[in-house]
Amino acid sequence: MARFLTERLLQALLVLLVMSFVVYMLIGLMPGDPIDLMIASDPNLTAADAVRLKALYGLDKPVIERYFNWLMAALSGDLGYSRLAAQPTLAVVLPRMGNTAILMACTLLLALGIALPAGIYAARKPYTKLDTLVNFLCFGGISMPSFWLALLLIILFAVTLGWLPASGMAPVGSERFADRLPYLVMPVVTLTLLNAGVLTRHIRAAMMEQLRQDYVRTARAKGVGETAVVWKHALRNGMIPIVTIISHDIGTLFSGAVVTETIFGYLGMGKLIYDSVMGNDFNVALVALLAATAMILLANLIADVAYAALDPRVTFAGRKA
Amino acid sequence: MTMQDPAPTLEAEQSGITQPAQTPLRMVVRRFLRHRAAVVSAVFLLLLVLICVAAPLFEVWLGTTFVDQDLFGRYAPPSPGHPLGQDEIGRDVLIRLLYGGRVSLLVGVAAALCAALIGSLVGLLAGFYGGRLDALLMRFTDGIIALPILPFLIILSAIDLKKLGVPSAIALSDEVSLYRIVIVVSLFGWTTVARLVRGGALSVRQREYVRAALALGASNARIMRVHVLPNVVSPIVVAVTLSIGHLILVESTLSYLGVGIQLPLPSWGNMLVNAQDLIYSAPALAIYPGLMIFLTVIAFNFLGDGLQDALDPRAGSRRS
Repeated sequence: MARFLTERLLQALLVLLVMSFVVYMLIGLMPGDPIDLMIASDPNLTAADAVRLKALYGLDKPVIERYFNWLMAALSGDLGYSRLAAQPTLAVVLPRMGNTAILMACTLLLALGIALPAGIYAARKPYTKLDTLVNFLCFGGISMPSFWLALLLIILFAVTLGWLPASGMAPVGSERFADRLPYLVMPVVTLTLLNAGVLTRHIRAAMMEQLRQDYVRTARAKGVGETAVVWKHALRNGMIPIVTIISHDIGTLFSGAVVTETIFGYLGMGKLIYDSVMGNDFNVALVALLAATAMILLANLIADVAYAALDPRVTFAGRKA
Repeated sequence: MTMQDPAPTLEAEQSGITQPAQTPLRMVVRRFLRHRAAVVSAVFLLLLVLICVAAPLFEVWLGTTFVDQDLFGRYAPPSPGHPLGQDEIGRDVLIRLLYGGRVSLLVGVAAALCAALIGSLVGLLAGFYGGRLDALLMRFTDGIIALPILPFLIILSAIDLKKLGVPSAIALSDEVSLYRIVIVVSLFGWTTVARLVRGGALSVRQREYVRAALALGASNARIMRVHVLPNVVSPIVVAVTLSIGHLILVESTLSYLGVGIQLPLPSWGNMLVNAQDLIYSAPALAIYPGLMIFLTVIAFNFLGDGLQDALDPRAGSRRS
């Protein structure tokens, strides 16, 4: 177990290192230039000042050298300043991580709460009218453009009915968590509707596979009740592929969060990445993207540990990590 | 759509043993026609393509173009001259929808084909040669699947081409956003095909006839072309159809976020850019483009589902 975890953590660090290099290079290719931005915001700067500023920030050096300087500074804990927020990068990124974690955890729970019963029901009564209906709804969820669904929900619940706030995080000046809940509803519902379809289809396929197995017939033959057969025997084995699917889908879920957070003005990682990329806030864009990747890799790792807990045949020692 | 030709023969020849009276192609068609949602989708997509191709005719008929503004006709409701009304600067909504459809369909199909090409190449190499190369390529594929893709797409779409040395005459032209988004989107869309082809190549490689071909001195390239690829064509066709829908979603998302298709070229995604500010004054403008995306994507998904039932009945999860 310890060896497995160390190996996976080292791997995750390697991925992050490679990513930091790739993203650093890509961000250098984005339109705009930090010095140009300073010149644009301060008309008193002269050409000589620009050259001096370039030297001060190390921007006259080749890009590889700049990357290593950034990496060394980052490793010693200096992640630079945010251009837009005028705060240390970490102070900008950290609060956002919690918000996104809340959003994604709520979504995952609600999506599973819908997909488990729906998928299991469809698997038990395949090719019936209700199974077909569930299948149609799944296709609908999979095919829905995230931003359009968000717009429709805003039009219905915020504009027409006036039940929910159209965007934001909390009423002005409020610190209580309970006040934030109404603002959480629409982002969570949007993300859930987008993701429950895929989950349901996978759960249906996995459960149908299990319900065909001999051990299920054995359990029924010896008189185990149908509820126990489905929810205890079959589900336990069916969960194994499902957990893998969930772990693979966390990246997709995050991509969805970028759109929904941006539309609903929810201050999470997705909106932060979008705003910082669009606003030339390179330090924040880089660190936020790495932090988001780290969150996803961590979630994948948790899924792998859960996988081993569900399937006793899988041992950490024998598994190719 | 032309890619499906070799597949029916192969698949149906195998299952044709039980029903010798039917030709392979007819069996595939029959199985496809049983999937009612797929048939409806196919008809819908055919009509959509025809209407979108005919968009310039609609311009002549209505006497306006997709860029013509009419500031006195802002937010005008539907009228004979503008069947779906006019948008926030008085452009005809119907014509922009049709041109947006051209862009979305073109990007979806082109990107899906590019992605299938990359995926087939990676999958063939990994599955056929196996060993270290396989491990490396598949680890890379898994890595890409796990990444938060959308932020990367946003950054790639926002890159300043002039910094890459592209002449500014090209970098600033209207069509560049079209080519760029096809490339960017296909760079991340190839993973499904790669896994499918790898799986197919792995299993075919072990068959006797491939060993026989090897013993007869067939080159690796010939084996891949003659024996491996035809065996994986049907899953590739299914995957490409499904990915067209998915990639149209990605394109429209990027265009909505302002980094995809750039004005004056309309796309269903960028028609919604201002929609959030207009939901109080003109909610209808937010409905049409999204509805078109939704219908098109769901049609491609049903079509892919139906093709899977028809071409690959054993692999189909629905009717097993």
